[in-house]
Amino acid sequence: MKYARTILAVFLFLLFLFALIGERPFSAHFAYYYDILINIGINIILAVSLNLVNGYTGQFSLGHAGFMAVGAYAAGSWADHLSPGLINFIAGPNGVLTFVLKPFPILQPLGLPTVLADNAALVVATLFGGLLAAVAGLAVGIPSLRLRGDYLAIVTLGFGEIIRTLILNIDFLGAARGMSVSGTYTNIFWTFGFAAIAIYIVLGLVNSTYGRGFLTVRDDEVAAEAMGINTTKYKVIAFVVGAFFAGTAGSLFAHYTGYLTPEGFNFFKSVDVVVMVILGGMGSTVGVILAAVLLTILPELLRALAHTDFVPAFQRGLEGVIKIHLPPLQGLLENRLILYSLLLILLMLTRPQGLFGDLAGSRRRVASSASK
Amino acid sequence: MAQVILFLQQLLNGLSLGSIYALIALGYTMVYGVLRFINFAHGDVYMLGAYAGFAITNLIYQICPLDQFNAISRHTFVPIFACTAIVMLGAMIFCAILGVLIERIAYRPLRDRPRLTVLITAIGVSLFLQNMTQFFVGAQPQAFKQLIPVRAIEGLGDLTVLSTQAAIIISTIVLMVFLRLIVMKTKIGLAMRALSVNPTACSLMGVNNGLVISFTFALGSALAAAAGILVAMDSPSVTPLMGNVPGIKAFVAAVLGGIGNINGAVVGGLVIGVLETLVEGYGFPQLRDAIAFGVLIVILLYKPTGLFGRVEREKV
Repeated sequence: MKYARTILAVFLFLLFLFALIGERPFSAHFAYYYDILINIGINIILAVSLNLVNGYTGQFSLGHAGFMAVGAYAAGSWADHLSPGLINFIAGPNGVLTFVLKPFPILQPLGLPTVLADNAALVVATLFGGLLAAVAGLAVGIPSLRLRGDYLAIVTLGFGEIIRTLILNIDFLGAARGMSVSGTYTNIFWTFGFAAIAIYIVLGLVNSTYGRGFLTVRDDEVAAEAMGINTTKYKVIAFVVGAFFAGTAGSLFAHYTGYLTPEGFNFFKSVDVVVMVILGGMGSTVGVILAAVLLTILPELLRALAHTDFVPAFQRGLEGVIKIHLPPLQGLLENRLILYSLLLILLMLTRPQGLFGDLAGSRRRVASSASK
Repeated sequence: MAQVILFLQQLLNGLSLGSIYALIALGYTMVYGVLRFINFAHGDVYMLGAYAGFAITNLIYQICPLDQFNAISRHTFVPIFACTAIVMLGAMIFCAILGVLIERIAYRPLRDRPRLTVLITAIGVSLFLQNMTQFFVGAQPQAFKQLIPVRAIEGLGDLTVLSTQAAIIISTIVLMVFLRLIVMKTKIGLAMRALSVNPTACSLMGVNNGLVISFTFALGSALAAAAGILVAMDSPSVTPLMGNVPGIKAFVAAVLGGIGNINGAVVGGLVIGVLETLVEGYGFPQLRDAIAFGVLIVILLYKPTGLFGRVEREKV
């Protein structure tokens, strides 16, 4: 952890520099990569936070998109109704920063007050989104965490869908029309900044004396209870922290795309995150981060592959051999869910601990179940 | 009086909807009974049953266009009944084979793994079936050609009973009687019941557990296929994602009745169906899809074993 902090600090500083230089995309080409980078950051936050629940604490949740939706819509409403006031307070004609910087006309062309006000608005809205999502996590977690295994999975799925249905029926949030969020303030710095905070907090929680509780709950709930560990408390804490970061990811997403629909937070969005956690290996933060990066880039690569000349040529060849007319094979490559479903099945059959999973842990568990 | 008629009408619509849930719920509950896991892909087997029916109906139309019949009478009854039966049986056989294949390829290698591993695989299978279907037939809904002319049955006063609704309820009753006979009166049914009590003892008594599990999957999938066709007949279209929502609701029905309990699944399905139509009919149509989840959460919190389930002690 000692080195981790130094590395983290350097990383954040570099990002801060990058954020100052590349605040907004310059060209269409750059915008595409910028888009992927932001998505990587958001996915890292989602995957790392879900990993605390699914991986370290062993409570299989299928409703992460629901908490992301709460965060996104909360932050979106905040951005629409309260952020303009905040920005005006900081950078308006009579704003605090405008007043402070008045004696330094040399700083004027940097547009410093506006940049800082936008960033402040983003952070405040994101924290608000995270907090509301955490409250939702508490409300969902306390009743459902009495359940175990597949029942918990289905109930969290149910709560995710209920959240989505509620948003669909609240006119204030745009219902089925969707909601446009004013102010697209999300930048690289805060996306990866929040990712770093999520990683730091999750690792800090788990790798502490206190955090052994999470692992104990996962490894053997009955034994944990017998040792006097309040398993419900640990589960709820994991759930609330996970929901908080899902909410911040939602807020960053809202402030990036500037437009939200309830459909964007359906069951399949939860599956995206679950696949990242499973591919990376439940209970391995490094693995989950790598999986989040990989699974954000891979669909893009496959889409690029789908639009090469190779695919139609391959299809003609294949159809010539099997004498059956197929629908365009591009569809197979462009549908990320086909990739995800195959990944899930093959991983479970051949490597259920994921790419970087806790091998030692699973071996321990095998040993303990063998001794029963 | 009008109020009473309205209530009866809602009840009837609820029963026909509930029969569908019950048919799907049986697959969940039987698989849970023998394997103790939730077959997440069951809703997609139901969807593929509807597509199989869709394909067979299109074939039948090349020989005998059924939409030439616009009412059920003494003369048209035989061809309509025969064609419907062929479509149903064809789709049921197709799905039975599909169910066995899914179990063999995806679930059997995981027999001794943690239940969560199997659940994740099942989610994968479900997504795979949906998206491959979407790849082959496209995401657009397709019209399911008419099997039974949709007419209100006469002679029931103010109550409107559609011929398709009657077909749903009658088919469900027939299938349930068959299922009951298989489970209670045949040797393989006895083996299924034995397996759900104690798999190890069951195999020590000379039962081929693998065969019984395959048979259970075949049976459950066939019932799901029948449900798929009945739904497609009533609301004449099929889409690759049509299995998601009914699948979840049927699962809730199975839990409500006590998962693993066959009679419970039927009761649970009917209760969910009736609840849904009542909520929709008495002013809250937008909450229709949330009802099932609400029921699930309440049941799991207050009576996790369901209405008729037996309590299982967890052993350390």
